Amino acid sequence: MISWKDIYKGLLVSLWFVFLTFPLMVVKVNPIDKTILWRWSNMYWVAAGSFLCYLAMQIYTARKLARQERIKQGLIKEKPKMQLKLLTDPKLYLPSLAVVGLFFLAFPWLFSTYQTNIMITALMYVVLGLGLNIVVGVAGLLDLGYVAFYAVGAYSYALLHLHFGLGFWEVLPIGGLLAACFGILLGFPVLRLRGDYLAIVTLGFGEIIRLILENWNEFSHGPSGISNIPRPGFFGIHLSLEQSIIYLYYLMILMVIFTIFVVNRLQNSRIGRAWFALREDEIACQAMGIDKTRTKLTAFALGAFWAGMVGVIFAAKTTFVNPASFTFLESAIILCIVVLGGMGSIVGVIIAALILILLPEYLRAFSDYRMLVFGAVLVIMMVFRPQGIVANIRRTYTVHKNMAPKNS
Amino acid sequence: MDYFTELFFSGLTRGSIYALIALGYTMVYGIIGLINFAHGEIYMIGAFTALITSTILNIYGFPLPAIIILTILASAVWASAYGYTVEKLAYQPLRNAPRLSPLISAIGMSIFLQNYVLLAQTSDFLPFPALIPDFKFMEPYAGIIGTSDMIILVTTAVVMLLLTWLIKFTRTGKAMRATAQDQKMAMLVGINVDRVISITFIIGSALAAIGGLLIASHIGQINFYIGFIAGIKAFTAAVLGGIGSIPGAVLGSFILGLTESFATGYVSSDYEDVFAFSLLVLILIFRPSGLLGRATIEKV
Repeated sequence: MISWKDIYKGLLVSLWFVFLTFPLMVVKVNPIDKTILWRWSNMYWVAAGSFLCYLAMQIYTARKLARQERIKQGLIKEKPKMQLKLLTDPKLYLPSLAVVGLFFLAFPWLFSTYQTNIMITALMYVVLGLGLNIVVGVAGLLDLGYVAFYAVGAYSYALLHLHFGLGFWEVLPIGGLLAACFGILLGFPVLRLRGDYLAIVTLGFGEIIRLILENWNEFSHGPSGISNIPRPGFFGIHLSLEQSIIYLYYLMILMVIFTIFVVNRLQNSRIGRAWFALREDEIACQAMGIDKTRTKLTAFALGAFWAGMVGVIFAAKTTFVNPASFTFLESAIILCIVVLGGMGSIVGVIIAALILILLPEYLRAFSDYRMLVFGAVLVIMMVFRPQGIVANIRRTYTVHKNMAPKNS
Repeated sequence: MDYFTELFFSGLTRGSIYALIALGYTMVYGIIGLINFAHGEIYMIGAFTALITSTILNIYGFPLPAIIILTILASAVWASAYGYTVEKLAYQPLRNAPRLSPLISAIGMSIFLQNYVLLAQTSDFLPFPALIPDFKFMEPYAGIIGTSDMIILVTTAVVMLLLTWLIKFTRTGKAMRATAQDQKMAMLVGINVDRVISITFIIGSALAAIGGLLIASHIGQINFYIGFIAGIKAFTAAVLGGIGSIPGAVLGSFILGLTESFATGYVSSDYEDVFAFSLLVLILIFRPSGLLGRATIEKV
């Protein structure tokens, strides 16, 4: 299967990588003491690693090509996609849904508090991902500053509690609405912008919000943040730390179910279809009489609304907010969730959020390497599955020949 | 007035560094329509390679001019090699993928490269040797403009002229312009589009490396994180001028550099970035495709 030519090429590739990584991997200088540390062993690792990766890649592509060739010749049939079946066949998806639901309900009783805490974070990102999915996946507006709305929600709880003593349940809708207002505020100036101009303006907006929070000490207490934010109350009953985490977990589960329900209903509604139309073709969409301004603004506002609510929950969960939690990396991760999951696909977004948040948490054992692996996973996923984990299945109508109207 | 002139020149210096990085963004965007998020990291790698090369040469006792020339060469060569490899690994397989996929791939590459340098080198700030000596004839102007600012300005000007010549008058430049206008058509007339894209990445990376080297020697310290904020600023500058347009990127960079410099000098250094981004939003409201960008009229 591997020819000599492949091995020769593999050697060239590994030689290239040795050259490429030489100054950074092998040499380590200390400019103050003027000493050089040569780490030759790293060079052998790079050479061997890149050679093996190249061969594995070659074998993979060769097998894939051979398979496609045989399908073309009719020797074997293309396997029906497991995923598609799982999502469309009620006989399969109802039981699997029940199993997944039971698992999540039982989660805090099966695993430790620590695990539950991580799962709460993952669920928060599920909701964030679903919220951004409205803006990016469904309406096709590339938003790189989504974390700004998340920050608005978190700070609105922190500040409203600090100054007016408002509780979690009062602030939850207020935080969402405030974030939605900010969404509209951002939406207005960027209505005329397209694609990548929109991306950089939203990125700038996210940075502006973060910088203001960091520097306006009288308003936001600066980089040190605000602490002592109360956890959500439960009809005035005092909860221990452990109990309140479990309570927060179920709250988050409810929130996820609510979000899935609303987003799902929205996608099939009039406004949802308008969003899809806007994503596919702006001009055609306007020609169909859809109000572009209103459609874009509702997408921004609704997307921001979820981020605001999750922000409030975030503040309640960590009992502490500071601007360092709302960096561009956070926006990038949420965007990765949406794209990795498959734009516009609800199931995909949920799976991607769970993977992307749980993966770095469980990679903590190799904590030095986890962000390295995270970056590599993003690239590899995109190269091998650019459409995302679960490609969005739109409702399609097929006309069968034998079902044509009889009396025609 | 002196304060004003000082701020003006420091703004120009900033602007030229942004311009060197922004050119890479705008050239790549002009050709394949991709925001290359890993570009800031290439700049950072250029600065690191320069630090390593210059320290080694310094230890082995090379004379200063030799150190300067070899350092520039080494950082440009290695940064280009990284740019080329990143394109081959992360962007080329995604040529026909949905529009957002290469963007995610670029973000992933940026995170990867940052952590790669963090692990292979260090997370501390490293002191960067001052490569440029203070010239005697510059002394009377020392209060207004330092030698290294001067060098940065001159180098940037020379590099811009070279780049303009390359794009306007050479065969490669012609091929690049053709590819930017219409990739399919360029292919039909026999241009090797893949090669043109590779060349674009190589040139852009070399420019970023020179920028990295200059700013590192100017500021005097580097760490693995410098690529991120420089990348975002340079991208802002490229969009300000109209992304895809080369004179636009230069103009946008100078405007951004001057704005930041004056904002820092007259208002407060805390809000320097707020001013930069607010300026961007303001300009884009009135000119949605940047200062020199052509507004594309979509035909149906």
